[in-house]
Amino acid sequence: MMTGTIQNREAFLEKITNSLGKSRRTNGVTVPEWKHRPQDTVLSEATADKLIEVLKNQCLKIHTSLVMTDLKTLPAALNKVVQDYGGGPVVSWKDERFTDWGLDSLMKEQWPSENIEFHQWDYTKVEENIRQAERANVGITISEITLAESGTVVLFSAKDKGRTVSFLPATYIALIPKSTIVPRITQAAQKMREMHLSGKEVASCINFITGPSNSADIELNLVVGVHGPVKATYIVIEDL
Amino acid sequence: MPMKIGTNDFKKRVENGINDSFMRGAVAGAQERMGTRRQDAADELGNWEEWRNLGEEIRQHVLDNLDYYLEQLSENIAKRGGHVFFAQTAEEANDYIKDIVKKKNAKKIVKAKSMVTEEISLNSTLEQAGCTVVETDLGEYILQVDDHDPPSHIVVPALHKNKEQIRDVFTQKLGYQKTEKPEELAWHAREMLRKEYLTADIGITGCNFAVAETGSFALVTNEGNADLVTSLPKTQITVMGMERLVPTFEELEVLVSLLTRSAVGQKLTSYITVLTGPREELDVDGPEEFHLVIVDNGRSKILGTEFQPILQCIRCAACINVCPVYRHVGGHSYGSIYSGPVGAVLSPLLGGYDEYKELPYASTLCGACTEVCPVKIPLHQLLHKHRQVIVEKEGKAPISEKLAMKAFGLGAASPMLYKFGSKAAPAAMNPFTAGDKISNGPGPLKAWTEIREFPAPNKERFRDWFENREKGGGES
Ligand code: SF4
Repeated sequence: MMTGTIQNREAFLEKITNSLGKSRRTNGVTVPEWKHRPQDTVLSEATADKLIEVLKNQCLKIHTSLVMTDLKTLPAALNKVVQDYGGGPVVSWKDERFTDWGLDSLMKEQWPSENIEFHQWDYTKVEENIRQAERANVGITISEITLAESGTVVLFSAKDKGRTVSFLPATYIALIPKSTIVPRITQAAQKMREMHLSGKEVASCINFITGPSNSADIELNLVVGVHGPVKATYIVIEDL
Repeated sequence: MPMKIGTNDFKKRVENGINDSFMRGAVAGAQERMGTRRQDAADELGNWEEWRNLGEEIRQHVLDNLDYYLEQLSENIAKRGGHVFFAQTAEEANDYIKDIVKKKNAKKIVKAKSMVTEEISLNSTLEQAGCTVVETDLGEYILQVDDHDPPSHIVVPALHKNKEQIRDVFTQKLGYQKTEKPEELAWHAREMLRKEYLTADIGITGCNFAVAETGSFALVTNEGNADLVTSLPKTQITVMGMERLVPTFEELEVLVSLLTRSAVGQKLTSYITVLTGPREELDVDGPEEFHLVIVDNGRSKILGTEFQPILQCIRCAACINVCPVYRHVGGHSYGSIYSGPVGAVLSPLLGGYDEYKELPYASTLCGACTEVCPVKIPLHQLLHKHRQVIVEKEGKAPISEKLAMKAFGLGAASPMLYKFGSKAAPAAMNPFTAGDKISNGPGPLKAWTEIREFPAPNKERFRDWFENREKGGGES
């Protein structure tokens, strides 16, 4: 990766240092041990099943459907949601987990045979991906970390994981392995930080998505789908 | 002043506000709904005070070490291939951005709502450079389509407009043919905006928080417009006020949690996007080129002074949603893009007393704002400090509180307003962590403190003070 540029920094920072009335420090500042840590106690005792309960209840508040399934019934469950949303075109990330979870025949055989167009993100096809996402009815991605308290899925962008798959299509489906469910955003932040400290670069785009796009800008009335998806479904896969 | 909205003077603005009955109803309704949702969200956690303490702790630590964290942030952004520009003034920021526009030969720019770009008047700079600038946040879009009507609320900028007015604007300006139903209006905006995203050359956003340790920055929205602004155009420019950063992801999550709960009573908003540098080599979407513009524009003058705590602000609008004066007069009366209590403290600091010296008097000092602020900014104490400074500087107050109240049409209504304030802010929360004596100042200040006998703005004593001064209080 090319290194970027930094302009006008020294004079700018000097002014700040002067205002603060101390000498400039270029190292040695550490994040203190915060006196209060209320974030650690939220749902800290909850079991995996309890977290699913919390997630379910939260989904009611964020206008998002939640479907429980296991690996065996996953293809049928996913197919049903897609059909309920009115079928294709469907666009998804390219991720080997789809294969591992036995979704290949649904996505690559069944749907095309039923005239449900399917496009898998493929970085070699460049702009074609965005065109497909823009005209798609359904977008499908996988949640890397799932936040029970707020009902949020967390997505990391990568070469075959386009940012707009969750956003441009009219409706959105997130596949959620049960093992990704944590109490709240606290644990996601810790995990992201650990990844960074262990030398793994953070994804250039991390999306925290909590239900469909909405706005209350017109007389405070809630309207969904102002820019992004109008509807969203989470499919929780039990035995993962 | 660039952050200034409208050309009317203070009295005129207030008069307009008070005479706009729809606006007043909308503001009152919004205060109640948003205030209640915020309160419920705080109650649900059960230990809201601890959260606020943590929020305050984090913000104070960052401000005290701002030079260090800004350096770390810029290093990390450059490492990931982003370009960082430090702008001491609005002009420097605008010139830099104009330069990018020229180099890219850009014609169309899509923006996600950003207060700091309003503050530096970026849109008019870009328009002068020959660009079309499209605000994509629905509320901002409505205002823009309506010949740049100014915003009236930080979180709900088009709060002062009813749906019929919006329909009429859409009909006149966008060829809209449907009804005033919010869903239909929003859908029309969606269709218009979709086309804009796909054809824009540059995307511009604000920045809710930047993360020094990784060189990331976070955008918090419900609509998700920031996602499209940052993933479709080839060039992205993010503009941030220099104080809006946190050390690591761990503090980011705390402040985002405080922001979303305080702003709209949500655990998290629908979209929170954390971006680091331009897109990676094989990514298809996301910007090829990324610029971060860090803006001072008067902020460093606040650092190290008694007003420093206002830089802790995370722009949640909770203070606005409980303010009895805002309720009465609406956002436009403040004459600045920053309205309500936060605006009454911040606007005179950034825009100068000449322009904004009435604002610190536009407060009942009831303390409701201080009690809801998620990062514990002592707002009403800062308002009081402003008044002292103004008296000190000018020899006398430009306008007495009583006159200000009158100008705000609040004369007789004040006790009721005070009650509203104290209802909105349960007495159980004690915002005053440190005794803050306001000493008897010499010279002009003396005359002031004699009349105002304030040891410090103190909520318990406010009532008595208010009743006494209503009986015989003089004007200064
Ligand atoms: S001053 Fe406090 S309550 Fe007001 S907008 Fe800023 S953070 Fe929110």
